[in-house]
Amino acid sequence: MKKGKENEAQGALKRISGPVVTAVGLNAHMYDVVKVGNEELMGEVIKIQGENVIIQVYEDTAGIRPGEPVTNTGLSLAVELGPGLLTSIYDGIQRPLEVLVNKMGNFIERGVSAPGLSHEKKWEFVPTMKVGDVVKAGDILGTVQETNIVHKVMVPPRSKGGKIKKIAAGSFTVDETVCVLEDGTEIVMLQRWPVRVPRPVKQKLNPDIPLITGQRILDGLFPIAKGGTAAIPGPFGSGKTVTQQQLAKWSDAEIVVYIGCGERGNEMTEVLTEFPDLEDPKTGRPLMERTVLIANTSNMPVAAREASVYTGITIAEYFRDMGYDVSLMADSTSRWAEAMREISSRLEEMPGEEGYPAYLAARLSEFYERAGRVINLNETGGSVSVIGAVSPPGGDFSEPVTQNTLRIVKVFWALDAKLSQRRHFPAINWLNSYSLYLDALNEWYDREVSPEWNPLRAWAMGVLQKEAELQEIVQLVGSDALPDEEQVTIEVARMIREIFLQQNAYDPVDTYCSMTKQYDMMKAIKHYADLARTAQTVGATPQQVISIKSKNELVQIKFTKDYEPMLAKIQKDMEAEFDAMRAA
Amino acid sequence: MKEYRTVTQIAGPLVFVEKTEPVGYSELVNIVTADGTVKRGQVLDTSDEIVVIQVFETTAGIGRDSGIRFTGETIKMPVGKDMLGRILSGGGKPIDGGPEIVPEKRLEITGAAINPYARASPADFIQTGISTIDGTNTLVRGQKLPIFSSSGLPHNDVALQIARQAKVPGSTEEFAVVFAAMGITREEANYFMADFEKTGALERAVVFLNLADDPAVERIITPRLALTTAEYLAFELGYHVLVILTDMTNYCEALRQIGAAREEVPGRRGYPGYMYTDLASIYERAGIIKGTKGSVTQIPILTMPGDDITHPIPDLTGYITEGQIVVNRDLHRKGIYAPINVLPSLSRLMNLGIGKGHTREDHKKVSDQLYAAYAEGNDLRGLVAIVGKDALSERDRMFLEFADLFEDRFVRQGLYEDRSIEETLDLSWDLLSTLPEEQLVRIDRELIQKYHPKYRKKAQG
Ligand SMILES: Nc1ncnc2c1ncn2[C@@H]1O[C@H](COP(=O)(O)OP(=O)(O)OP(=O)(O)O)[C@@H](O)[C@H]1O
Ligand SMILES: [Mg+2]
Repeated sequence: MKKGKENEAQGALKRISGPVVTAVGLNAHMYDVVKVGNEELMGEVIKIQGENVIIQVYEDTAGIRPGEPVTNTGLSLAVELGPGLLTSIYDGIQRPLEVLVNKMGNFIERGVSAPGLSHEKKWEFVPTMKVGDVVKAGDILGTVQETNIVHKVMVPPRSKGGKIKKIAAGSFTVDETVCVLEDGTEIVMLQRWPVRVPRPVKQKLNPDIPLITGQRILDGLFPIAKGGTAAIPGPFGSGKTVTQQQLAKWSDAEIVVYIGCGERGNEMTEVLTEFPDLEDPKTGRPLMERTVLIANTSNMPVAAREASVYTGITIAEYFRDMGYDVSLMADSTSRWAEAMREISSRLEEMPGEEGYPAYLAARLSEFYERAGRVINLNETGGSVSVIGAVSPPGGDFSEPVTQNTLRIVKVFWALDAKLSQRRHFPAINWLNSYSLYLDALNEWYDREVSPEWNPLRAWAMGVLQKEAELQEIVQLVGSDALPDEEQVTIEVARMIREIFLQQNAYDPVDTYCSMTKQYDMMKAIKHYADLARTAQTVGATPQQVISIKSKNELVQIKFTKDYEPMLAKIQKDMEAEFDAMRAA
Repeated sequence: MKEYRTVTQIAGPLVFVEKTEPVGYSELVNIVTADGTVKRGQVLDTSDEIVVIQVFETTAGIGRDSGIRFTGETIKMPVGKDMLGRILSGGGKPIDGGPEIVPEKRLEITGAAINPYARASPADFIQTGISTIDGTNTLVRGQKLPIFSSSGLPHNDVALQIARQAKVPGSTEEFAVVFAAMGITREEANYFMADFEKTGALERAVVFLNLADDPAVERIITPRLALTTAEYLAFELGYHVLVILTDMTNYCEALRQIGAAREEVPGRRGYPGYMYTDLASIYERAGIIKGTKGSVTQIPILTMPGDDITHPIPDLTGYITEGQIVVNRDLHRKGIYAPINVLPSLSRLMNLGIGKGHTREDHKKVSDQLYAAYAEGNDLRGLVAIVGKDALSERDRMFLEFADLFEDRFVRQGLYEDRSIEETLDLSWDLLSTLPEEQLVRIDRELIQKYHPKYRKKAQG
């Protein structure tokens, strides 16, 4: 891993302009990591122009002067991968924030480096391979119980592999050799991987299993597949972060990587304080045990913000390589794009649309391409699902980041300020959103939920669509002027919105809704609609069907944990009320 | 200290100097003009050929004959305990006729970012006595909650009422106030000062005044000086500090002016592309730190150009702050004070500071229900204008009336009316009880049976 002194080179600073500095006399290659100035701030080469080497610096450059030295490490920006990642919180360049607090106090000062993993901590390594076995790149050599998650120790992806000469159980630091191959190669648990390079896989598969999130509008109407990509654009305060946090909490991924990219400090603190106390609905263990956090908040250096997204996805890929389903949230990709813009403008590059660099679209698609459901080099199956928040200026989706993202991702959850203002949460607009995975996932819903689910979903979407059309008429003539049948459609649509679509992230029960419960709820609403329709054919007025009292109780199901008896009772009451109506 | 007379160019607030020894980025610079005045500036770009300085005062009087002294250090602010009760210029110099500040420390004004790991989650409910804030957009200690307003609206009254009435129920600690004015008129400033004096707040306040006729570029440092002071008071002396920054729109204009002078590629509507990051370096300086006693709560005020909430200034602010309180012209025209439109308003930290153990268990659901009902009623107003009241269903008419009632009783209150949270919540139930019970779909049955006036009366009777 270590490169020799011959690759090192020293140059001197010539110009400092914010996070971008120019050095001369430096032998450097693109994306080399360099140490800038007397304080050895970490930076990365981003442009070479004649003898000028242009560097983005991951720390504040105040006070740095021309003439100070610049040293090339000859390495590219890389993360440390191995046991110890889970439950950590890192900045954009994988410095553990907890370690930084211990080293420099409550505020992030510069010039302090800290490795991503503890190099002292010992882990209990249990081999799953034995002497004489032949291994190749990616193969799992053994395991370490990291949290409740089993960490698989793998042959590094670029290794040649070979026959195992020595391997044994024991207590090791990440730097100690756990396995020796016949050719003398020593394998340690630590892998360093350059963040801008995707980790290799054997094969990419088509996603056909949903990532179940416990959020009704997502699972029910616009599902994302495991290994899929989704974007949540929306104006400020519309619910991007809450939705992402809900996914981080309740999605049935095995590992969660949450990137706070250029957002608020308090939001990361909230995750840090909340996650250890929340239980994974599947394992019953604290959610923190399956989580890695990257926090490069808005007031931390922009160059490190640019890197944070790569740091996060590389960690996600690493867990995928072990055969896990990983979901990655990036909040917000717009801040990442803005970091690119800021650096690009300091480079005096020719700007593209709205000042963003011309390579914006390419960077976005490269990033989302790292998602996917795959067969790993070691033949295990794993996935990385990527969910990116987008923060369009003025809430206008026609801007470049939203548009370029929508060209790539398969699921679009369109947040709508109109809905959030009336506290309809999640404020996802059901008319504009879409999921291109629906067809691929139909079979799963048929098999795992009910053959009735897909038709039920189509029915609900139809009612909502119809409501939108009817609302246009209502706006002109009032609701009393609608035909009888349509007045009831409006009522059923309201029920779908208020009972099914609205979901309160802060209610202890409603925050997570199992697929079965989702199905039961929708079925109950449909049941009312059917009863209403029948009653109308035998002469009931809209007022009569709408005034059915028991249907108003359906909303209480959301807040009730063991809801089945309640649901059965409501159904029965509903039927009785309709019967009584007919009798009268 | 070496003095250079190698100014090559002066453009707007920028001075270009060549043939210097190595000068540090962000370094503080003193510029001595021919008549001996010293002006302060900061290095924006440094290289072995040319150094670009941004001058915080007017460049009038600066010429090629001016002397440039690089101080070798970044801008620092002297802070000390005796700052409370003092009035300083937007550049941090005492202007109240009092002595210089006796510095106990000199702190970097750019302020390093609080390590997210060191933060504690804000959770202490601040009662402002204003129903639209306490009831539906609750402020908590350590939050940054701006007021979005427009010219001609009483945002200053709202801010002052908050400063006057803010308290954490059950706690005796008072807030210290740091007030930073950027580009506001003398008259507005006097209005604030008079109120501070009247209520005795001045003794526990530090005031920074950059007024409309003070140099625009100085506004770049005014909020940073104020926040450095606030952090010192909070995290070193243990005060709970309420910071009022007004008017952030003027701050952003100054930022745009510098961007233009540097001939940068402008972002939306001519504001610099890095304005989000720059504003974040101000707004993020709020919060609570684990293991320390104090807190910094920020209430920035901004006026939305053309009442447009999508304008880059409110837009970027809203993306950084933890919600916003929106002051609305229509309500003001109707003669309602405090004219806060709850619909676009939001407090993101509300959930941490309300409910059982903080305010009352029904708070969250009541607030959600008020929103839903008011939003529905408000929408129907548009419809009524077209089809008339008669075309509405019974249900719709009830919501329409609710919206009027909500504005008249919940939103409307006196400038000096200090409602307790219980009063606000009980008032909410009074209003909600005008709707049929089955329309209260946001509230669970249990809470309805406990708090709905209908059941309460029964329980009492
Ligand atoms: N599912 C939900 N249930 C209940 N409340 C919600 C939900 N989603 C959002 N909210 C409310 O909306 C507020 C704003 O949401 P959030 O912070 O996620 O917005 P955002 O889109 O991330 O905004 P920004 O771009 O400024 O970060 C939350 O503080 C919360 O009060
Ligand atoms: Mg957010």
